[in-house]
Amino acid sequence: MRLISVFFVGLIFGVGISISGMANPAKVLNFFDLAGTWDPSLAFVMGGALIVTFIGYRVVLKQPAPILGARFHLPSDQALDLPLVGGSALFGLGWGIAGFCPGGALPAIGTGKTEVLIFVAALLAGIFFAKVFLVTLVSRLTASA
Amino acid sequence: MIMETVFTPLQSLAGGLLIGLSAVLLMATTGRIMGATGVVAGLIRPASTSEFTWRAVLLAGMITGPLVVYALTGQMPEVQVPISSPMLIAGGLIVGIGVTLGSGCTSGHGVCGIARLSWRSIVATLIFMVTTGMTVFIIRHVIGG
Repeated sequence: MRLISVFFVGLIFGVGISISGMANPAKVLNFFDLAGTWDPSLAFVMGGALIVTFIGYRVVLKQPAPILGARFHLPSDQALDLPLVGGSALFGLGWGIAGFCPGGALPAIGTGKTEVLIFVAALLAGIFFAKVFLVTLVSRLTASA
Repeated sequence: MIMETVFTPLQSLAGGLLIGLSAVLLMATTGRIMGATGVVAGLIRPASTSEFTWRAVLLAGMITGPLVVYALTGQMPEVQVPISSPMLIAGGLIVGIGVTLGSGCTSGHGVCGIARLSWRSIVATLIFMVTTGMTVFIIRHVIGG
């Protein structure tokens, strides 16, 4: 039951990404190209997603627990630290180079396009590298500082 | 290479509403944040089998998204990639490292985090939106211009 509903939630996300244009690097890059071939569509994606999530979360998080789980898993970290700032800056650099973000690229795997598979393979390699080496390094550095 | 894209406010808004709906449903059913980074990062060296399974099923649903769009409309969602393979690989690696260090991307920070009014997510989103815009500007108008 839980896995079936998770599948359909993923499906709704995948359909949403597909029709929104977030899976299309040409459209994503044009959103950021204010000085050139600007396409403001993605503001409507973010706006639409935020309105629904903002209202929906207010209702859902008032409940004592999720329907199919023991508790809500919400990040408790409040610190505006270097990994958050530096990592987000790096993410923007990569997003600006490739035009794919993880949420856009993952559903796009379904189109079977070679470029998507190339990006996702590199994305996985980057995540693996960061999880194995960098996260340990950062926690050691911040612990010793 | 630069490709012009058509402004699609209605489709993008509809896509955004579905993305928001999926985020709300995932929280309501399993109590989890709908973050693409969390989904893939959790597949690499997962803490337990159950942590792996729900993410794999969610990903399977996401990948089915474009296929459902194809089944309903007869057209695959557009994925136009005006980016060379070396740049896709570089971008993918940098995005992977960035989102792992920064603990999130467009979906986790940009939608779910901002909807929770998390300071970390608001700061992360501002940073990656600005660095993406700067990267696109430099690539298209400074280097390419």
